[in-house]
Amino acid sequence: MQQFLTTALSGLTQGMIFAAFALALVLIWRSTRIVNFAQAPMAMITVYIALVIIDAGYSYWLGFAAALLSGLLLGAVVERVAVRPVEDKPHINAVILTLGLFIVIHALAAVIFGSRYRSFPAPFGLSGFKVGDMNIALTGFGVFSILAVLAVMLLLVLLFRFTNVGLMMRASAFNQEVARLLGVRVTRMLTQGWALAAMVGSLSGLLIAGGNLVHPSYMDSVVVFGFVAAVLGGLDSPIGAVVGGLILGVSLSFVSGYIGSEVVALAALVILMVVLLVRPGGLFSHAPARRV
Amino acid sequence: MTTFAQRLWSSTLARHLLLAGLGLVAVALVLESTSAFRNGQFAVMAYMGIAAGGLTVLTGLNGQLSLGHGAFMAIGAYTTALLLSDRDGAPPLLVALLVATVVTLVIGAGVGVAAARLHGPYIAGATLALAIAVPGIARYFQDTLGGEQGLTVVVPDIPGWFADTAYFITANDVSTSKYVAYVGWISLIVTYVLLANLSRSRVGRTWRAVRDNDVAAEIAGINLGRARVLAFVVSTACAGLAGAVLALAVRLAAPSGFMLTLSLALLSAVVLGGLGSLTGALIGAALLTFLPQVVTGVGLDAGLSDLQAAELAPLVYGLTTILVVILAPAGIVGTARIAWRRRRS
Amino acid sequence: MLDIRDLTAAYGPVTALDGVSFTAPEGKITAVLGANGAGKTSLLRTISGLLRPTRGTAYLADQDLSRVPVERMSRLGLSHVPEGRGVITELTVDENLRLGGMGRADRAKPADLERIYTLFPKLADRRHKTAHVLSGGERQMLVIGRALLATPKVLLLDEPSLGLAPRIVAQIFDLLKSLVESDGLTIVLVEQNARSALSIADFGVVLNLGKLVVHDDAAVLAGDDTLRHAYLGF
Repeated sequence: MQQFLTTALSGLTQGMIFAAFALALVLIWRSTRIVNFAQAPMAMITVYIALVIIDAGYSYWLGFAAALLSGLLLGAVVERVAVRPVEDKPHINAVILTLGLFIVIHALAAVIFGSRYRSFPAPFGLSGFKVGDMNIALTGFGVFSILAVLAVMLLLVLLFRFTNVGLMMRASAFNQEVARLLGVRVTRMLTQGWALAAMVGSLSGLLIAGGNLVHPSYMDSVVVFGFVAAVLGGLDSPIGAVVGGLILGVSLSFVSGYIGSEVVALAALVILMVVLLVRPGGLFSHAPARRV
Repeated sequence: MTTFAQRLWSSTLARHLLLAGLGLVAVALVLESTSAFRNGQFAVMAYMGIAAGGLTVLTGLNGQLSLGHGAFMAIGAYTTALLLSDRDGAPPLLVALLVATVVTLVIGAGVGVAAARLHGPYIAGATLALAIAVPGIARYFQDTLGGEQGLTVVVPDIPGWFADTAYFITANDVSTSKYVAYVGWISLIVTYVLLANLSRSRVGRTWRAVRDNDVAAEIAGINLGRARVLAFVVSTACAGLAGAVLALAVRLAAPSGFMLTLSLALLSAVVLGGLGSLTGALIGAALLTFLPQVVTGVGLDAGLSDLQAAELAPLVYGLTTILVVILAPAGIVGTARIAWRRRRS
Repeated sequence: MLDIRDLTAAYGPVTALDGVSFTAPEGKITAVLGANGAGKTSLLRTISGLLRPTRGTAYLADQDLSRVPVERMSRLGLSHVPEGRGVITELTVDENLRLGGMGRADRAKPADLERIYTLFPKLADRRHKTAHVLSGGERQMLVIGRALLATPKVLLLDEPSLGLAPRIVAQIFDLLKSLVESDGLTIVLVEQNARSALSIADFGVVLNLGKLVVHDDAAVLAGDDTLRHAYLGF
């Protein structure tokens, strides 16, 4: 019972973080039809920026803010400089481009920050609560992670639903030509979309790093989990990405707890293949089957 | 005489065999005139070249992207390590290479059947998951696959006939690393001849048709699924063979050798060389093999530490990949070909 | 108002528009007619900047449009309603309309939105539904309403009658006529349905294979039997 609860709760926390990462992928997919595989190293390098600031003796929160801000900037720069030229090219070019970015950012981080493991602090406790003689595995940092992701989701909903910028970003994502004819500066919206997504990616990078070790490839498996979560939700739907992230987080937590942490990625692969072959439109699609 | 030579040249198979023969001579000349260290590097180039050749056929000719070829190489390498673990009871090397290829091919067929139904980013994501997942399997089955430490590979003794032939021709004794380099390059030449013929055959045309316009290809009566699966299978068989050669060259099959970076490096090799071109794949493999040494040297001179300098190579080929995709999507060979045609016309 | 001079455009090697010149006068409806592939849609796309002219220009009240980015057109007072209606079906009716008000120098006020809803009561009933649920006629009303929110001087309409029942087409054309009379709007109307278009248009332009064949009063065109048989199909 204790183990079951522990596993479920840590799965829930993990799931929220995957959800954030999946959300970042979905934001970019919706606006540019690109799966940004470079999201993982982009998040990673911003977390290193936070680490440098924290290690220099400044507060955790300054590092936290710096990571989010640099995520925002990095996303915008990447879209402007690298992605823009391939946006109207065949699909495969964009995929290769994001993988090229993957390699470059990875190597850059290793050159600048070194490739050894470094511990990343957490602003809250990392031990569970005690209720009676039961140890509830929900840590202070876990609670913070869940709240942080929820807050970001809420902000995104507010932005997209209730502001003009959000409306213009959605219009650009759904129909670029019509949006342009209506006077929306679509290219600017795409840049903003990438910036926003990269920031959400950085948040999930920070939350995974908290209380753990970081090194240049610590986010590599997260991009796979985020992708699987996004596909579970249908790749087009932000809500689907969140639900997909939670389902995946809990499932993988059970795989890790009861079989072994080595096969977590394999389990994700199996889940991905089953979903793609059985329900290619994601778990919640009512629309007719989509080409995957 | 000229007509005979011309007729010979116009036959695809004969042309490829002739090139293969010339290639073999060139390989022997290079391996005999370079140091044992260089021999080792050429063995690396051979397995990168084999894997890149398989990947370029899949991506360039059939339009499927695989980020999981490192995982297939792992399967080939582990199979070889297991087969050769017992020095006395081990099968002949040729058999081990073939078994490694076939085992990978069978697993590749399973993945290919699933992958054939996927497109663009989905197939990329699925194969990426494969690349991340496979090293975990090796860690999980610690008893048979050696966990994190992996399996050491026992290179079988050099067969007497090979040593004798080599001595007869070159008057040099064959060291193990030279033997492995020969095995690698002979494997590469055989693979490339097969791939080159395949891509010129009806099968190759089918693949290109599927890549260029799958709807039109389907209307023309091509079975899309079968074409995609076949391309995937051929490509993974190459990766399996490459993995087997890798096991011999590195003498170790361990999870850390098959991280995502390997798959990504292969992909940049084929993009740099030019998608769909075997020559390009070979150039890409050469870059991946020899560039690190050059760039690392520059890095060390510039005052970087060993570990930092070692990361300069991926930085350079990653950047080059980005530039190639943006500026010259045809890669080195494709761009050269375009320039050549423009010059002639 | 809208002055088109020697406009030429191509899709790669295929010429779509070949030296077209005419003027769409202020406060009038000019119908652009012709068979499929005559270059009607290309004409509108070139005017609004979606397709760049290889030669010639369009002037909007003396402003050269050939280098103006698409996104700026609505600020200059040119609204283009593309073929196939251009409703963003994932957004609600209200959001579609609000988008129309973003491309003008002064942001649209709630009162402007209410004016559109009074003009099209059917849209008001469904303002918070996704535009996906609208019928063809309602979608056409939505895009016209959305274009009006940008307070255009010139409205380019591509095949508004496409796929609509004759009764709905008549309603929409009546509405266009009244908008011209009340707001002094200038309309360039591309139509396959030449008979209906000429019934409300002041002038007509006939294109064939990218070239201008005739430019005359709508009544004259409607009365010219040879022309009607050759190009207009009624």
